[in-house]
Amino acid sequence: MLLARLSEAAGVSGQETEIRDLIKKEAASRPGVELKTDALGNVLAYKQGKGHGPKVMLTAHMDEVGLMVVGVEDSGLLRFKPVGGIDRRVLVAKQVLVGPDKIPGVIGSKPIHLQKRDERNTPFQWQELYIDIGAKDKKEAEKLVPLGTTTIFATTLQKLSDEITIGKALDDRVGCYVLLELLANDYDCDLVCAFTVQEEVGLRGAGVAAYAVTPDLALNIEGTTASDVPDVPEHGYATSVGKGPALTIMDRTSIPARPLVEKLQEVAEKENIPIQFRRATTGGTDAGKIQLTKGGIPVAGISVPCRYIHSPASVASLSDIQATISLVKAFLRTL
Amino acid sequence: MQDVIKQLVELYGPTGREDEVAEYITEVMRPLVDQVYADTMGNLIAIKRGPADAKKIMLAAHMDEIGVIITDIDEHGFLRFSNVGGVSAFTLIGQRVRFADGTIGVFGQEKLDEIKDLKYSKMFIDIGATSREEAEARINIGDVAVYHREYTLQGQRVIAKSLDDRIGCAVLIETARRLKESPHEVYFVFTTQEEVGLRGARTAAYSVDPDYGIAVDVTDTGDTPEAHRMAVSLGKGAAIKVKDSSVITHPAVKDLLVNTAKAQGIAYQMEVLERGGTDAGSIHLSRSGVPTGAVSIPARYIHSPSEMVDLGDVDDCVKLLVAVLEAPLI
Amino acid sequence: MTGKDLLQALSGGRGVSGYESDLVPLLTKAFEPLVDQVKEDKLGNLVMLRRGSGSEPRKRIMLAAHMDEIGLVVTGYEPGGFLRFSNIGGIDERVLLAQTVVVHGKKDLVGVIGAKPPHIQEPGEQDKSVKIKDLFIDVGLDDETLKELVAIGDMATLAQAPIGLLNDRYAGKALDDRAGVVVMYLCLEILAKLSHTADVYAVATVQEEVGVRGATVSTYGIVPDIGIALDVGHGDIPGVPAYDTLPLGKGPGICIGPQVHPKIYDRLLELAKKWGIPYGIEPATRPGGTDAYAIQITQHGIPTALISLPLRYMHTPVETLEWSDLEAAARLLAMFICSIDSEFVEGLQCF
Repeated sequence: MLLARLSEAAGVSGQETEIRDLIKKEAASRPGVELKTDALGNVLAYKQGKGHGPKVMLTAHMDEVGLMVVGVEDSGLLRFKPVGGIDRRVLVAKQVLVGPDKIPGVIGSKPIHLQKRDERNTPFQWQELYIDIGAKDKKEAEKLVPLGTTTIFATTLQKLSDEITIGKALDDRVGCYVLLELLANDYDCDLVCAFTVQEEVGLRGAGVAAYAVTPDLALNIEGTTASDVPDVPEHGYATSVGKGPALTIMDRTSIPARPLVEKLQEVAEKENIPIQFRRATTGGTDAGKIQLTKGGIPVAGISVPCRYIHSPASVASLSDIQATISLVKAFLRTL
Repeated sequence: MQDVIKQLVELYGPTGREDEVAEYITEVMRPLVDQVYADTMGNLIAIKRGPADAKKIMLAAHMDEIGVIITDIDEHGFLRFSNVGGVSAFTLIGQRVRFADGTIGVFGQEKLDEIKDLKYSKMFIDIGATSREEAEARINIGDVAVYHREYTLQGQRVIAKSLDDRIGCAVLIETARRLKESPHEVYFVFTTQEEVGLRGARTAAYSVDPDYGIAVDVTDTGDTPEAHRMAVSLGKGAAIKVKDSSVITHPAVKDLLVNTAKAQGIAYQMEVLERGGTDAGSIHLSRSGVPTGAVSIPARYIHSPSEMVDLGDVDDCVKLLVAVLEAPLI
Repeated sequence: MTGKDLLQALSGGRGVSGYESDLVPLLTKAFEPLVDQVKEDKLGNLVMLRRGSGSEPRKRIMLAAHMDEIGLVVTGYEPGGFLRFSNIGGIDERVLLAQTVVVHGKKDLVGVIGAKPPHIQEPGEQDKSVKIKDLFIDVGLDDETLKELVAIGDMATLAQAPIGLLNDRYAGKALDDRAGVVVMYLCLEILAKLSHTADVYAVATVQEEVGVRGATVSTYGIVPDIGIALDVGHGDIPGVPAYDTLPLGKGPGICIGPQVHPKIYDRLLELAKKWGIPYGIEPATRPGGTDAYAIQITQHGIPTALISLPLRYMHTPVETLEWSDLEAAARLLAMFICSIDSEFVEGLQCF
């Protein structure tokens, strides 16, 4: 299953090799696709249109949040820091895979027996957590894990039901999945699917991709935060899982081009595709960088709702993913 | 000019929805310049052509104002919202806002143990609707509302919403009106989305590709009781920016502004703004760099529904810009 | 001029972010013998080009070290001949107390940041840190003369002159990142004796301390095939874990992380090992904080690397470094530049 392979591939920001190779292989197998990479490692999949439509860029970021090894203790335990935004409280006692060879490891911490009572009231600090790969000493660890090695959560994608799946890095491998599915079809417009790098460390890849492509318009496809969970009031739901793709109204980095949003709403209504609005204005996406490229590029954001993003296991709905594909496909067909 | 200011500040034009303001300014600017057009980001660019080898000078004032964006409509017709630009929850208490279609809303808040717990998520907007359906007939998620306040002129001082930065727009318009001859090609750029990160100015500067830039915006003052210390006062003239968080004024542009003010006897004061940014921040980093400065209109109570400026300062800003644009550069 | 003379002169020079032009004559004089062209760009970045021996079009390598320094800006007057001020760039307010400064008004005025003596302090006052808003500069002039000589918006710099410590170590202000500028100088000196095919753009950038602004526009103007930022990294000090620092005297740090192109990183490591140049590895989980941040995302993207010089007490007037680290960095850079051919450059776009 493609979504599983995408989710499980390693690709922490800046070290996207495995996920990039997978995407390149998949994209190359789609008809009429020409591939390019750039200086940052973005993958650009060009697909010429059958008609005279505009040049459309679809973007999804391939990188994921993860950990970087920054030091090795004499004991062989690895010191690490986060790459991208991670709540350190989610890390405690998880399994991880270290480096390109995916060396299994666990995140260790001081056991409850050795803690003072009030220690439990504060989360573990970064320096109180470490990765244990079983190395006997510093020498052995250093040989296997050079400084700067990145680490991912060791989560396999699982279907919880026909509808719901859990996995790591659904932000934004669901977007990559959507783009790869869309590349299977032909359109009148010229299509460029940009699989970007380094979104999680400051939207770094998308800007240079947009500069190189200079599209007439762009859609950014994300896996975004869903907060339809207990103890959050309904008006606090950023998005809800299972209610269809979420259109951005505004976030920290962009206000989408209104004509595009209106068109997407129109298409959704006509095609009977459920949609919702992403009702939080926090968070940033590649759309922010794309919009401000050169003299400005109209851009809108469509997201697949995912609960618990930036953690070892996020939850998404397969029907939301399918609806996102249908919506973008129908939109492209109108151009 | 007062009429232009009144018209401008009473228009609806939150960040991302600047169309109404752009329409008005287009009509006013058209007879004053050679060309007016809007770009992808909605920036309005008005060009006064110069001689063949003229340098391009870009003046920028932003059209957008802060507001609130609707994120939820509940079954009883109450609206939840988030901010567009720098809006304080405390400023919203007791305020009215207006939507694009004229709908008026008032703010209410959930019961709070202490007023310091106030934040947007504890507040809502009441438009008088009795059900979700009734509210949805007028308002959609994603709609934006702005402060609902009229223009007041009292003595020399204007009190109004959105003087940040419609007063800058007015200064640009008046500058275009008074500017007879210029050795330069002047781009009067009315920008969008300044309040969320100097966005419009960025793409406008890229496409205009100016030789020099001057942003025209409001700045804080330190002349009210027990204020944060700042050597800018209302009524003491145009403020020439030294720095803010987004830009350090190019020394040559700063000197040009200071020397022009001195030579023409225009009242001015130096502005060192410790927090906040302006379009100059975007302009000076465009392409391979644009020497950029800023002329600021001193304003009190910025980002409240009752901002205050002094018409004498406004006039000094216009005079300074006209004098700079009429003369050769260095 | 020797490299050490240049370091001394640069550390003593004045160039708060946005006001770096005073350094230009000094740099031009020093670099001119080593380069083919010296040019200031529109924001004041000093671009010094040393042409390579290859046939045109030659590959372009940009080196970037920022010449600006953190400093102070005058914000107002207080009766009695005092100046209020704010900071330009990141300053720990606690280091300011009792510093000597130079206020760059119509003429340079020496001043001191006044400190209340212990004798008249309230009990417990020493347990609170001072805030910049409560500090002032005393230049010893009457109000009228002061206003005549100093305008609001004038800049001030910290005044301590650089000194030599043991083991060829030096302490002074603005070594962040004028030490990087000196490394470019040393590197060009080495290149003058070797053969390199690529053009080398050594850029003394402006306004790094306020948001890597100079590198943003200078890279746009040059559009190099490779960009390498030279900046300082935190030296080893007590209380900070070893994995967060670079030891003095053990060579420059080679950064690994999102802002560094993996093939340039590999090449730098390979060359360091080959030529026996000492180095450390500096993992950086997020881009930012140096010119590399801006260089990498210019236009269609630039393959970028970052080399860090170990430096203690960053952003104080007693920043401390070891000369051997500068020499090692210069050698590494020179070897890298000589190793560049079109095949390597074109490979940087292939992932």
